[in-house]
Amino acid sequence: MGYFLGLIVVLGALWLGLSGIYEPLILTLSVISLLVVLLLAYRLDTVDKEGSPYARTPQLFAYWAWLVVEIFKANWPVIKACVSADLDINPALVKVKTRCESDLAKTIFANSITLTPGTVTVEVEGDKLLVHALFEEDATPDSFAEMDERSWRAADGRQAQASKQVRT
Amino acid sequence: MIGAAAIALIVAIGLMLIRALSGPTLYDRVLAMNSLGTKIVLFIGVLGFVLGRPDFLDISVLYALINFVSTIAILKFFRYRSFQVPLMRKTNTPRQPRAAEGGEDG
Amino acid sequence: MGELLGFLMAAKPVLGAFLCLVGGTLAIIGTVGVLRFPDFYTRLHAASVTDTGAATITIIGMALLAPSWLVVFKLAAIWLFLFLTGPTGTHALANAAHTAGLQPVIGRQRDLAEHAEEDA
Repeated sequence: MGYFLGLIVVLGALWLGLSGIYEPLILTLSVISLLVVLLLAYRLDTVDKEGSPYARTPQLFAYWAWLVVEIFKANWPVIKACVSADLDINPALVKVKTRCESDLAKTIFANSITLTPGTVTVEVEGDKLLVHALFEEDATPDSFAEMDERSWRAADGRQAQASKQVRT
Repeated sequence: MIGAAAIALIVAIGLMLIRALSGPTLYDRVLAMNSLGTKIVLFIGVLGFVLGRPDFLDISVLYALINFVSTIAILKFFRYRSFQVPLMRKTNTPRQPRAAEGGEDG
Repeated sequence: MGELLGFLMAAKPVLGAFLCLVGGTLAIIGTVGVLRFPDFYTRLHAASVTDTGAATITIIGMALLAPSWLVVFKLAAIWLFLFLTGPTGTHALANAAHTAGLQPVIGRQRDLAEHAEEDA
């Protein structure tokens, strides 16, 4: 039920923000289309933790803010490689192990790797990711550790704490 | 200056078309079309500000969505040669990958 | 304080247009990278410069030019879509190429070029 509520709030905000016309007729149409979308989402069976992960919005936005800074830092070497006179690149395939357990956390981690210029996730199998990197020296397993840790904390924080307590 | 930004985006789109036309493999072409779509989204937005009509951004939103769906659809079609296959790994066993597929001039 | 605010309001359109220009330049740089890099997997990296850096800077520039908050909301929505769909599309591409058996070029490119010259 909470997932439905989250979906309704987000879809309503999206409609209000994108339309910008607040007349009774348009608002009625918005309610109708919202109901149709909810019905479709229910029939597709996508209203679950992955379909509307809005319960963890603050953590996800905090992670996102960190990620944007990280992306801008990673942009520089690739831009330099694009415009430098000789092709000074060293592409490599690297295996990265992740501690993320849920599918959502794994998706967030793999997508952040892909989003960062210089590294692309080629394949995900279990808890191992095959990453293609533009510079082999920048793509050591340690360089992904912080991103791994942060995406894990952002996507399944409470479970993570519980499993940590079990482990210690 | 905003006009110069629009012209820069047009130049980038034109250069990307070279890669789309000359890409040695199918995937280079799909990559070029995907990146071209992102640039066109930005260009439509900038064009709206050049012409003083920011309503163009609605078209931009639509283009961003269609661009993503079309990329995924093209990739799925060229992998399975059909749209009838569900995109879940557990529920189907993909056919044996064909090595020659990447080298074919798509 | 009021003067500073007035100056910022006056400089906003210029700054916005300048950021748009920077974004356009980044798009050209990314495209040049796509044209120059040797194989498909390295081209993906060059394309992701356009998808992230150029898109973000251009959209921030447009947000500074925006006449109303609704336009800013639309720009934020476009940014969100681009950032959610961009890596998914890129990963789908890389995975499809990998599954089809396209082999990446590995190793420092300068050395490879020298070896090629020696072999020739």
